[in-house]
Amino acid sequence: MHNLLAWIVLLPLVGFVANGLLGTRLAAQRLGPGWVSVIACALPIASFVLTLIACGALLSSGQPRLELAYTWAEIGGQELQVAFWFDRLSAVMTLVVTGVGSLIHIYSTGYMKGDAGYARYFAYLNLFLFFMLLLVLGRSLLVMFVGWEGVGLASYLLIGFWFEDPAKAAAGKKAFITNRIGDAAFLLGMFLLWQSLGTLDLDRINAAFAASPAPAVSASLVGVLLFIGACGKSAQIPLHVWLPDAMAGPTPVSALIHAATMVTAGIYLVARLSGLYLQAPEASQVIAVVGLATAFFAATVAVVQTDIKKVLAYSTVSQLGLMFVALGVGAYAVAIFHVVTHAFFKACLFLGAGSVIHALGGEQDIRRMGGLARRIPRTFATFAVATAAIAGIPPLAGFWSKDEILWFAFASSRGGAAWLWLLASVTALLTSFYMFRLLWLTFFGRSRMTPEVEHHVHESPWSMTGVLFVLALLSAVGGFIHVPQFLEPLMPLPAVQPERAALQGTLIGVAIAIGLAGLAGAAWFFGGDAARAGAWRERLTGLHRLLSAKYYVDELYEAALGRPLRWLSERVLLQWGDRRLIDGTLHLAAGTARVAASLFGALQSGSLHRYAFYVVLGLLAALAWSVRHV
Amino acid sequence: MDRVNFLLAISMGLFAIGLLGLIVRRNLLVMLMCMELMLNGVNLSLVTFARHSATLDGAVMVFLSFIVAAAEIAIAIPIVLLLVRQRRTLDAGAYDRLKG
Repeated sequence: MHNLLAWIVLLPLVGFVANGLLGTRLAAQRLGPGWVSVIACALPIASFVLTLIACGALLSSGQPRLELAYTWAEIGGQELQVAFWFDRLSAVMTLVVTGVGSLIHIYSTGYMKGDAGYARYFAYLNLFLFFMLLLVLGRSLLVMFVGWEGVGLASYLLIGFWFEDPAKAAAGKKAFITNRIGDAAFLLGMFLLWQSLGTLDLDRINAAFAASPAPAVSASLVGVLLFIGACGKSAQIPLHVWLPDAMAGPTPVSALIHAATMVTAGIYLVARLSGLYLQAPEASQVIAVVGLATAFFAATVAVVQTDIKKVLAYSTVSQLGLMFVALGVGAYAVAIFHVVTHAFFKACLFLGAGSVIHALGGEQDIRRMGGLARRIPRTFATFAVATAAIAGIPPLAGFWSKDEILWFAFASSRGGAAWLWLLASVTALLTSFYMFRLLWLTFFGRSRMTPEVEHHVHESPWSMTGVLFVLALLSAVGGFIHVPQFLEPLMPLPAVQPERAALQGTLIGVAIAIGLAGLAGAAWFFGGDAARAGAWRERLTGLHRLLSAKYYVDELYEAALGRPLRWLSERVLLQWGDRRLIDGTLHLAAGTARVAASLFGALQSGSLHRYAFYVVLGLLAALAWSVRHV
Repeated sequence: MDRVNFLLAISMGLFAIGLLGLIVRRNLLVMLMCMELMLNGVNLSLVTFARHSATLDGAVMVFLSFIVAAAEIAIAIPIVLLLVRQRRTLDAGAYDRLKG
């Protein structure tokens, strides 16, 4: 097919237009919701099939596929083209986006059944897929940026999907505004690249930085600016605050956008520009440190969260941090590997959490769950597999990708260090611990549900659990897909420091031990005596309060940014600028006119005698003038 | 006293009486009459100047102003009549709402 890539991108847009324009009217019919679901699911699946065809072509030809759609603008002899670029990296990302995306669409038909905004929901979901595909398939940084902003928009619409609730609408705004900060830096990076290279095509940027002489722009400066953009989208410190709040959206949205695909856009951006980052060791160092800090802090916060979705949200932030560590030490392909496996098990976990919430009629607090393993066995089985996968229990998917990240954090010749590995390993231990804690509190032990919730517990329909099984299977075997080897021609793995090469076996052993230690720790804490965790909480009250409050980051931002800004707006801009300066000027002009009008209006009294008197005055004045001048 | 000065003094007296009457009287018809007095004061001065300078321009001007005055009074009296039908009074103060 000639326009294969364009069709992959456009099919979800067709779904958005169809459901967006007709959906609400259609859903009112008796068979309407069925049609809405068919439109919503068939088009992403069609995109997935087309992606498979494109992948086949890519593998047989070995050449990246380039499709020019049209010329967007021509500035000073430079053309800005809308073009699609399909190489091995785009292939992996597109497969994840359309594949996991399709699965989550199918799941959503069960989860969102009966919601008043059913058609609107699917329209937004399709819109998201369209922008996400634009992001991963765009050849130019500009096209990518359009997708980048578009997924932000879709994310905003879906976080605030139940906009009648002010807290949820506020969460949507928070996500959107936080992302704007990163986008500003992204734009600055783009401007610098355009100014110095005269092109925004990603492959040309990479080639320009690989060539000698190097371009006359600091790769580290551009790298850091683009990374700030990535921080916003991928929820890294200090712009991570929006992602936990984004859980206000429907659970499948959390799975698709805020775990599996959109938040990995930052990883994709850095990996896509690996040619630039290879020339920017300082920027890479920044990425590794920020990623590690995010991974560690988010993992500690996740240990004490009590909302099932919040635990998973912080887990996502933490895993994204680990991916950035891999990017920072030059192991770009490994980061993408973790993106893929993370998409499988985190989607499975979120959808499993959705299934739990569905079963309990909206309950999200794990302190009021427990003992669900026997009541909803299909959800439990898949959730357990995904938990083991993210905890790094071999041979499940998470083990392979996380082990490679730890290995390159330790041994990469591009910035690998023992302390990176140590902190990353502690993070992995915490990950394993809080994930098994979640599993235990939700599915094992005695039931802590209220009687009426307990009465309602029911397993979800097959449209939901079937998807869970597919994702659980992928979480189990996803590690055997050799993504780094597949990406080897595009972005080779960094060289290993020779003196550390011998330690690989030991490190794998340690990684396995860490996964099992987390499991054992969680079992010891939450498996046996229920009072044990409580006793530890008593002992570490201060720490527990600090972690529960998420290190007071929101409060800090509120005090350092929110309140001064509000004071500035209220006092200076509103009271002085708006009320006094602008309103004051207008009031002055209006007041002058009013006073003048009342003066001259008094002259016109309606009394003929007074008018005649004015005539006399006029005559006298004319006489006086003529006496003086004639 | 010179005849011309005498006539001009009378003309100015007529004008002044008319103007004073226009200002102080409230009756619409009297005010109209006062306006006629003012007009005739001016006419008298025009005739006087015409005789004094031995030209006809002033006399012609007076004929013109007579015609205009006749036309004006032909419109003014019906207006006053119509107003009086509305309010049943000749007091000019009763019609101050007519300011526009």
